[in-house]
Amino acid sequence: MAALTLRRKLAVLSDAAKYDASCASSGTEKRDSRQSGGIGSTEGSGICHSYAPDGRCISLLKILLTNFCVYDCVYCVNRSSSNVERARFSVEEVVRLTLDFYKRNYIEGLFLSSGIIRSPDYTMEELVRVARSLRQDHSFGGYIHLKVIPNAAPEILAEAGRWADRLSTNIEMPTDVGLETFAPEKRPGEIRTAMANIRGKLAEAKPDRKAKAQPAKFAPAGQSTQMIVGADKADDNAILTRAAGLYSGYKLRRVYYSAFSPIPDSSARLPLKAPPLMREHRLYQADWLIRFYGFDVPEIVSGGSDGLLDLAIDPKLAWALTQRQKFPVDINRADKELLLRVPGLGTRSVERIIATRRHHSLRLDDLALIAGSIDKVRPFVETVDWTPGGLTDDHKLRARLEPQPEQLRLF
Amino acid sequence: MRTVILQSLNDFDEWRGQARELLRGGVSPEEVIWRDPKSEPGLFEQTEQEIQHAGKNHPVGAVPPAFMALARTAVCHSDPERFDLLYRLLWRLQADRGIIEVASHPDIVRLTRMESAVRRESHKMKAFIRFKSIVDDSGLERFAAWFEPDHYVLEMTAPFFERRFTGMMWAIVTPYSSAYWDGETLAFGDGGTKADVPPDDAVEEDWKTYFASIFNPARLKVAMMKSEMAVKYWRNLPEAELIPALIRGAKEAEQAMIERTASQPPSHHLKRAERQAIDKEQQSEITSLADARAAVQGCQRCPLYEHATQAVFGEGPENADIMFVGEQPGDQEDLAGKPFVGPAGKVFDAAVEKVGIDRSRVYVTNAVKHFKFEPRGKKRIHRRPDAGEVTACKFWLNLERAFVKPKVIVALGATAATSILGKTATISKLRGAPIAMEDRTVLFVTNHPSYLLRIPDRNLAAVEQAKFEQDLALVRDHWHTLNN
Repeated sequence: MAALTLRRKLAVLSDAAKYDASCASSGTEKRDSRQSGGIGSTEGSGICHSYAPDGRCISLLKILLTNFCVYDCVYCVNRSSSNVERARFSVEEVVRLTLDFYKRNYIEGLFLSSGIIRSPDYTMEELVRVARSLRQDHSFGGYIHLKVIPNAAPEILAEAGRWADRLSTNIEMPTDVGLETFAPEKRPGEIRTAMANIRGKLAEAKPDRKAKAQPAKFAPAGQSTQMIVGADKADDNAILTRAAGLYSGYKLRRVYYSAFSPIPDSSARLPLKAPPLMREHRLYQADWLIRFYGFDVPEIVSGGSDGLLDLAIDPKLAWALTQRQKFPVDINRADKELLLRVPGLGTRSVERIIATRRHHSLRLDDLALIAGSIDKVRPFVETVDWTPGGLTDDHKLRARLEPQPEQLRLF
Repeated sequence: MRTVILQSLNDFDEWRGQARELLRGGVSPEEVIWRDPKSEPGLFEQTEQEIQHAGKNHPVGAVPPAFMALARTAVCHSDPERFDLLYRLLWRLQADRGIIEVASHPDIVRLTRMESAVRRESHKMKAFIRFKSIVDDSGLERFAAWFEPDHYVLEMTAPFFERRFTGMMWAIVTPYSSAYWDGETLAFGDGGTKADVPPDDAVEEDWKTYFASIFNPARLKVAMMKSEMAVKYWRNLPEAELIPALIRGAKEAEQAMIERTASQPPSHHLKRAERQAIDKEQQSEITSLADARAAVQGCQRCPLYEHATQAVFGEGPENADIMFVGEQPGDQEDLAGKPFVGPAGKVFDAAVEKVGIDRSRVYVTNAVKHFKFEPRGKKRIHRRPDAGEVTACKFWLNLERAFVKPKVIVALGATAATSILGKTATISKLRGAPIAMEDRTVLFVTNHPSYLLRIPDRNLAAVEQAKFEQDLALVRDHWHTLNN
């Protein structure tokens, strides 16, 4: 077999990595290169250095160390039964690419994952070697996200957390039965145990203000995971329930939902159709409402039907349309919790409403200025000069608020 | 009417100095026009570099810090009226500091929008600068980039590049100004042109390869890309020239993936699959405590496995005389995979030690092996297992009883007692006396230690703690009679 050029390897191993949705580079500690004299900084919020035509942010060099894999997960492009082109980077090649890209301001850092080769320990150790070399040999201060291979030894995990900003372990399927069906070698319990171990190490690494000796650093940007949506039969209720369980148990920063998209050389057991992008979008909205707006999973799911979210309208509006007896909400008197439940009002708008109404009572025009757009808000609120009257209970309300199907805009 | 001409396009301190003088002079916003060095003079303008104020010295009140923060950024906006807006607001704030919080005030709305436009442009500059490497004859490498910002954001953004690229020498050139970092000092100079920066870079081809490969043609969302990476930036992004072709080819590429059915798996895969099939057949029946411990991880006898981390099996010597049975693992037990390591476990350990039972010689386990909880934000709230779950899990408890063969079993709490007795158990009725079981073991019943943690009243808690210890003392005494 002829040796692949570096560029060919890059093509193969980034193509193989694109099914992982996460590209976040945010939420880590503050670092900059003025002390080290090297390169690399992290400042809280992440930067999307480019966007692919799929609308997804490119902030990290997201690649696999290798796409050889001993596992045969049906949904995965790299499964051992697939005939995709295989490649493997050396540790040095990944380090050089990361630095070359970083110095040109193409990326914020590296997101390194890998197929499982030989053993979990061996694979994880290879990922750690890349991160260690970047940090130690090159004083690299940029963002590093490493994939955790379940069952890797605790000391390797500890070292991974020492160099990496974020660690992630993919739960892959919303239900254990789904995972067993599609990923026969993976054990759902082992994946959750890996998350539990990371959570334990994150807790140990929490700085103690009173103590003199501070604990060793461990993945300051925490951990995340990903679920594939639409490969199996799991409904949105199962997906969101799973996510709520993971958030509560393992202090995850994010759960990523990845609409299953067709892969080359795909198994006949998979749905071979366009990825359910709108469903993925609604799940992200629901996830947000659960984490920042005080909704729980049953409430969110009640806005849709048969355990699925409404695809045509956003989950908060869907919920509000089934709970009209709770509206209209008085913008000038309602407490924060209630305001957050009004369709069309985000956390920022709610804060501004509360600050402004200390000075004067709000009129509908004021609200329009604060909320940006008033159409969705109007049927659900009262202001000094506005009451929706019969609008809230209008049976045509849903049809009026439903966005008209948009022509697909190309060039 | 007076006109103030500022020396700089975006120097907040310069504007502040002038504005303070005007305030002192009692000059109202209607009496003054502000100009930056680029704006055209008005028709009836009388220029006045020095602010004249006829001996007036109006007191200048404190300005809300929120305004200062917004103004410092908004001053970099390219809107020629930005200084007028800022002064108008500053003037009003003298009379009413509160208006800064009135999010619906038209001037506040305008200021907030300006500020956010500037921040956005600064952010996009951080994102879309593309450095080109220049290596001179001596081998020294330097980097240069050309950028065309909509607002005057270079000065506020350059320190970011200093923090990020301390170890590099770099220059950023824009039409209105340029920035240089030589490894030690950040300096600013005049604006330039695109020709000041080399057109190509050797690594750009790799970057374009990455850009094309990381794109998933099945997820085409062009509008989304354009809203985040506006077309106006494309001319300075090397990867952008690929975009039209990627979009044109997307439908085809997606269709090709869908139509290409799976081919015959490679030979190395088939060999491995064979080996795994043999391994599976060799999995044996449960004939020891160790087998049971391994097998419980695959348990799906009730739905609790789905959200728990792992099954938590019992721990302790395999020939222990005493087996303690709790309800179910809690949050910490679930994470650690070990029973009785959480807060209730600590209460248990302390009580056992106090009455003189050697903790290392007892076997501890739970009636239900998976943690049952309800997620609430970042916490998991314990939920009591139901009868079905307790019955389903009895399989594992029975295996533990069969392999460990304890002489004494202590049920901690009603769930454990119910599981062992096979009928609803009330602790207050059963505690305090040994119960002879059919298999000739002796059962004691007492509270679960977590019950002690939930009693809010301190005196009551002390009473219950004493009762708990009494029950354990009975167990100890009974155990001693067995060994004598």
